[in-house]
This record gives sequence, structure tokens and C-alpha cells, in this order.
Amino acid sequence: MAGLDRRKLVGVVLLIALACALPLLIANYRVFQLTLVLAYAIALLGLNMLTGFNGQISLGHGAFYAIGAYTAAILMDKAGVPYWATIPIAGAVCFVAGFLFGLPALRLEGLYLALATFALGVAMPQILKHKSIEGWTGGVQGIVIVKPDAPAWSGLSQDQWLYYFTLAWVVVAFVLGWNLLRGRIGRAMVAIRDQPIAAQAMGVNTAMVKSLTFGVSALYTGVAGALGAIAVQFVAPDSFNFFLSITLLTGVVIGGLASISGAFFGALFIQFVPNVADEISKAAPWAIYGIVLIAFMYVMPTGVAGFIRLMRARLARRRAAAVPR
Amino acid sequence: MSKDPIRISRRTALGAGVALAVGGKAFAQAAKYGPGASATEIKLGQTMPYSGPASAYGTIGKLHQAYFKMMNEAGGINGRKVTLISLDDGYSPPRAVEQVRRLVEQDEVLALFQTLGTPSNSAIHKYVNAKKVPHLLLATGATKWGDPKNYPWTMGFNPSYAAEGAIYARYLLKTKPNAKIGILYQNDDYGKDLLKGVEETLTGPNAKMIVSKVSYEVSDPTVDSQILTLQGSGADTFINITTPKFAAQAVRKAWDSGWKPLHIINNVGASVGSVLVPAGLDKSVGLLTMQYYKDPNDPQWKDDPAMLEWRGFMGRHFKEGDPKDASNLYAYVTAQLMVQILKQCGNDLTRENVMRQAANLKNVKLPLLLPGMSINTSPSDYFPIEQGQLARFTGQLWQGFGELISTEARA
Repeated sequence: MAGLDRRKLVGVVLLIALACALPLLIANYRVFQLTLVLAYAIALLGLNMLTGFNGQISLGHGAFYAIGAYTAAILMDKAGVPYWATIPIAGAVCFVAGFLFGLPALRLEGLYLALATFALGVAMPQILKHKSIEGWTGGVQGIVIVKPDAPAWSGLSQDQWLYYFTLAWVVVAFVLGWNLLRGRIGRAMVAIRDQPIAAQAMGVNTAMVKSLTFGVSALYTGVAGALGAIAVQFVAPDSFNFFLSITLLTGVVIGGLASISGAFFGALFIQFVPNVADEISKAAPWAIYGIVLIAFMYVMPTGVAGFIRLMRARLARRRAAAVPR
Repeated sequence: MSKDPIRISRRTALGAGVALAVGGKAFAQAAKYGPGASATEIKLGQTMPYSGPASAYGTIGKLHQAYFKMMNEAGGINGRKVTLISLDDGYSPPRAVEQVRRLVEQDEVLALFQTLGTPSNSAIHKYVNAKKVPHLLLATGATKWGDPKNYPWTMGFNPSYAAEGAIYARYLLKTKPNAKIGILYQNDDYGKDLLKGVEETLTGPNAKMIVSKVSYEVSDPTVDSQILTLQGSGADTFINITTPKFAAQAVRKAWDSGWKPLHIINNVGASVGSVLVPAGLDKSVGLLTMQYYKDPNDPQWKDDPAMLEWRGFMGRHFKEGDPKDASNLYAYVTAQLMVQILKQCGNDLTRENVMRQAANLKNVKLPLLLPGMSINTSPSDYFPIEQGQLARFTGQLWQGFGELISTEARA
């Protein structure tokens, strides 16, 4: 991994070690929450590729999350596929769905694309309820998934096992994402966002890169959906309403646009802030949520990741100033 | 006492042994506590849609809190205070799973009480049964909550939707065997459950009585076009399986369009205050429904002692609640039943005993249910409410007619 200096590498290794130790120290219910955080982090990284790096706004990523979740659930429930094998299939299905959706949507820019994806997000719960596929999706009743047991040799609880399983996917997803975004394709994505005409003049195949980005972004979100569904053990159309799409977008912006580590901060936000809001006020939990959101935007206009970068830069400058010449 | 609390003298040990031998029986009757219960407290948990599309039902959880607060101020249940931990699930199944896991694993509640909504309860159904946590008096009428063989820890409250549908069908078979029935239903499991009750009763040659059925989505703005479709099918009888907003639209449209069929409206959409008043009371004359508790907007119960007690409670302890909203009356009844179960548990507050007592309700009378009704459960019968009465709307109130009918689900 070029571009990752030694200090950062040590930091990443320490973080992974911490992430591995955590579930052994806390209650199963918290482990379950953290598993969801990890799943959301993958989804947010996917959406961030599209929105943060490539500059395309999607208000419909909840739909891909749903497709991933349903793919995993149907494969496990109807075809008896083992849980671990459903994840790559869910990703592949979402890649195709995202790529195909990306092709026509390419003609749409900015807000028009946002509206087209909005349509997808709004329609998804009703599509899932449709009579013609009810035999597969279980209609409004949804599908209950059997929670996978940890292998006997591990001595872990189901929740701990699922956490490590999800963590492994997170590592894979982020290493691949890192390489993709720091490489040639990542630069092309950013170039299209900032200067589409210049990018084209430089020989970037704008159309291809854009729809590929859409596909990869959907793939990540679909993998996250499948992991989330296995953790929750249940999928139903009501789980994937339009609000989920907005929540994901919120997470991306809170975490930090065009930031890879931001995905984790965003995931922590969307997982825990609603619970905190509920504890503060039963009468208007979303008002509290809104206030927190505005406070975040005001204090950290570049997201949590941007805020940390800023703080670190300031600290470094101060340290440099303190060194006697 | 000796200074060392761990050292036990021979005499104490001997004494304790004798006491144990003599008072073995008394010991067995001494208080027993499972998770979430102690000499001073009983912890219950629930999830409610305080936010999200079904937030109108959030008032149920708020009333429960107010009710237990009142109980605690009056001394609690057998001297124990009831703490109800009520969490928001936003009507989203994944959040319901998360919150219920918190209630069970972190807060360690004794039992879950009135978790609301079919999707949320479906999501936690397997989990609570695997964890052996009492999952009581769910605020949903799906038929699947009364399945003690496969899910011995789950018990619903509402009469099952399927049973309600069967009652309407049986009534039509008896009084109007040549009816041409048009059905409007909400396209989710609530609507389909009720529809199933109707269809399973009208089998064989009677199946032809249903000439048309159409559905709508909760997100639809109106059901006007569905009503016109039903009218066009030549139906002369209308079974209306809708939630309040759509029920009001349907009542109005069925009248305004000149259709005017024999109109049966399901209990969910039969509130005077939230459905018939907005639809127009004059347009509601002659509607039929099935009821099981007293409607707070119905003038015939104005001076009913139970209704006065409830209004007193609303005025003193739950001022922010709307006394026109039938959900508040429903919540009051369910809280009373929960208290009954806890009282029956006596000093044996284990999860096993809570479930045993929930399945051992014998002839419990709750004064806000219709006169003559009683609640009975058994280890093989997990439906607390199994009676109801047909009622006809007079233009001012629901007039019950005929006797109490059994809503027992027929397998």
C-alpha cells in the first residue's frame, strides 16, 4: 500500500487489534450493535465512492441495501445456501443492478440524478411487496433468517462470530476500496467530479467510469445489506423504507465526504444518535436528532474525518512552531 | 455477630439446618425472583413507534408509563414498583430487534409488554422465544401470536383479525345468503389476515358470494378509485378492511357515489371520533362492525362508571393524551390486564411463572370491555380476547345487537 506511511500503518494495525479485542470485553447486545456499525461502514464507503469521490448524489442507496439483504435472505431461506456464500452473490447482484441503473442515469446530472435515485428508493418497499414475487420475498411478512452458529472450535457466541465475520469483510472492503480510490480509477473519479470536460479531454472514459462507480458503489452497499440482514435475522419491506437512503446519505456527510475513514464515524453516528435522541425525548426524538445533526454540521463542516484532519494539522503546526530553530 | 462475616458458628449452621428442615415448605413459598424482579421492583420493557409512520400509536406507550406511575404512587403491585422501559423503534424491524435485545440483555426486563406492530413483533418472535422471555399482550391482531405449541413465550392481545373476518362472513351467510360481496383491504398482513378469515368461511359454493376484491397501499393518497371499482362490480355488500384514514374516505365515497351497499367496517376503522365524524355521521348510518371495548366517543357510555374512572385518569395522570383517541382506552385496558397477570404471580416473579399466569387467566372482567365479556386463557389457548358483539351505527352511536359472539379462532 503506497501512500500509507509507517505511522499510519501502525495506527491501522492498532485499530484492527482493538476491533478484534472489543467483542471479548463487552456484552453480546453491544457486539450486535457494533456488527451493524461495521455493516453500515461498508455501505457508507460504497455511497461515498459515488457521492464523495465521483460527485453523483444518490437518494436511493437504501434500495441496493435492500437488494443485498433480500438476496442473502432468499438464498438462505429458499435455496439453503450457507450464510458466508450469500455475501459475494449479494454483492454481484447489486453490482449488476447498480451498473444497469447507472447506464441510463448517466444522462442525468446532479439533482436530476438525485431524483431518479429517489424514485428507486421510494419504490423499493412496494416492489418487495408485489404479488408476483411474494413467493420469494414473503411479501409484507418478510423472511426470518436462522442465525448462523459459530464453529465449535472458535468457542465464540453467535454474536461474536458474526462480528468477526463482518469485520473480515470490512477489512477486505476497505483494503480494496483504498487501492481503488488511491489509484488511477480513483483519480479519474475525482477528476470527473471536479472537471468533467477536462477529464474527458485527458482521455478518461467518463461514461464507463461513472457507471462502473455506480456499480461498485451498489456492490458495497449490497454486501453491507447482506451482512446487516444476517445480523438482524429478519428482512421485511418496512426495514428498507426511503428513510434508510436518507440515513445513509446523512452518514456519508457526517463522516466526511471523500474520506475513507469517515465511513466509520458516519456509521457510528447513524447507529447510535437515534438511540440517544430517543433517550432524551420520547415526544420528539427526531427533533433532537435534527439538532444534533445541525450541531455536527456547524462544528464540523467537513465531517468528522475532516475535523480530525484539521485538528491534526493544527497540532502539527503548533509542534513545528514550538521547535527552537 | 462475629466480626468476620464469613465465619459461621456451629450453632448458626445447626439452627439454619433445623429451620430449613422445618420450614422447607415456607421457604418454597418465599419470594422467588427471575431477571428483572426483586423485592422492590418489577421491570417490564416494550418498543413503541414514537417516531416514524405509525407514531400516532405512540400514545399507547405514553399512557402505559402514566398508568404504572399512578400505580406506583399508590403502592405498586404487592409492594413492588413497576418500571416500564419504553423504547422507540420507529416502526422499523431492525431497530425493534436492536432495542429488544437491549431490553433483554442489558436492562434484563422480566417480560415484554405490548410491543407494537406486526413487522416489529415478527422480527423478534424467534429471538424472545429462544431467550425464553415472556412476550405478552402484543399490540397487533395477527393470528400467528396465538401459537403456544411453537412459540410458548408469545401471547397477543387483540382478537385475531382472521377471527373477525370469519364473524362477518358467518353473519352474512346467516342473514344475507345471496349477498354479492365487494371487499376493500389494506395490502399488508393485517389486511390479508382479515381477508383470509372471510374467504376461509365462504368456501365451496359460497366462495362465489365474493364478486370483487381490491387492495390499496398505506402510501396511497385516497381509495376513491377502489370504491368505484367495487361499485362497478355490482356488489351490494361491502366489507371494508381499512385503517382509520382510509376508512373515513371509504365511508364517505361509498355514500357520495350513490352506491350505498350494506357496509361492514372492520373494528380497526370503526372509531366514531377518528373515522365516522370526519366521514360524516349521516353518511355512516347503518354501518356494521364488531366491537369488544367501549368506544370513548360513544354517548351511551357517557356515565358508565368505568368510563368515568378512565376519564378521571386521563384528566389527572395523562393530561397530554387525547380523550377522544380510542388508543388511549385500549392502552388502559391492556395495562390493567398486565397488572392482573403480575398480581396473579404473587411472590413468584420468575419468567416461567409470569408465562404460566398469563396462560391462566380465568374469567377476568375488565370494566372497559363490553358488558358480559370475560378474559380466559389456558396453556393451549393464547387468545385473551375471544368475544365481541356486532353493532350497528345509528347516526350517533354504535348500538350493539345480538348476543356476545365467540371470536375463537377455528383451526
